[in-house]
Amino acid sequence: MKKTFLYAFRHSLPVMFGFFPLGIAYGILMQSSGYNALWTGACSTFVLGGSLQFLMVNFFGSSVPILTAALLALLVNSRHVFYGISYIDKFRSFGGLARWFLIFSLTDEAYSLHCSHYIVPGVNEKWAYVLTSGFVMFYWVLFSVIGAAVGSLITFDTTGIDFSLTALFAVITIDSIRGAEKKYPAAIAAVSSAASLFAFGADNFILPSLIITIASLIICQKIGEAEES
Amino acid sequence: MIPVGRSIIIIAVCAVCTFALRALPFFVFGKRKVPELIEKIGTLLPMAIMTTLVVFCIRNVSFFKPGDYLPTFISLAAVTALHLWRKNTLLSITAGTVCYMILVQLVF
Repeated sequence: MKKTFLYAFRHSLPVMFGFFPLGIAYGILMQSSGYNALWTGACSTFVLGGSLQFLMVNFFGSSVPILTAALLALLVNSRHVFYGISYIDKFRSFGGLARWFLIFSLTDEAYSLHCSHYIVPGVNEKWAYVLTSGFVMFYWVLFSVIGAAVGSLITFDTTGIDFSLTALFAVITIDSIRGAEKKYPAAIAAVSSAASLFAFGADNFILPSLIITIASLIICQKIGEAEES
Repeated sequence: MIPVGRSIIIIAVCAVCTFALRALPFFVFGKRKVPELIEKIGTLLPMAIMTTLVVFCIRNVSFFKPGDYLPTFISLAAVTALHLWRKNTLLSITAGTVCYMILVQLVF
């Protein structure tokens, strides 16, 4: 168990560096909008999604109808609907509470780390998943609460430290391409996301991009099957 | 600050919506066997989604002057090169981030 705990900590470390500036920035924003550390902690615990939480600050400050808030929440986090597809059987095999916790905590960062597990002998797979997600959640809640409580006291320049999340995603992308027998899904995603970014703009590109990518993957899969038979 | 009750409702609604999205595939295929096509797509998806997330991270980079985009692309190139060479995740991320911080704070 100790080995699994250390494994999950080490595995989740890059997210800690990325969440430090993001969490602090979010906490400071909440504080300045009149929401103290308790509110910040509640948002980070129950919503657990950076981009939506930043957007929610706008909901708090205005008279946005609840239905509009719900629709925007669904839209902002829509990409998360695809994350579970790769883990249906795996999470099911873990069973019970572990399964629901892993689903609840399936953020961009947790998903990325789950994509890059390297379970070695002595590490319990189920607990490696649960603890990795647990650490990701812990960092986010901790740093956002610190940001709300004492964020304005931090004076050293952390500009650019959030690049660690970009670097983490890049590294996991490289690993997943290197380890795969078929590498075309990465090429499809690169073309589709670049084209969607150009066509739909930075705020709206990710959902159409993922839909185009998945549709293309299904078509490629069907063509592959047809050629084999 | 708006009324406490409304704040709580907003948090609850956003929490439920986010959970619903994350849980949807598990509800759809919760009890039955996952179709073969979905299973295949599931194995191909991680690298496609990760590629998309990298683009997502750099989506707001602008191209008005070199200082807008060079730090990002130089650092990404450094991460890629280092990771292909040494295959050390923490090293690649730390070096790339330090490189980026130096570029945005001191160079550009």
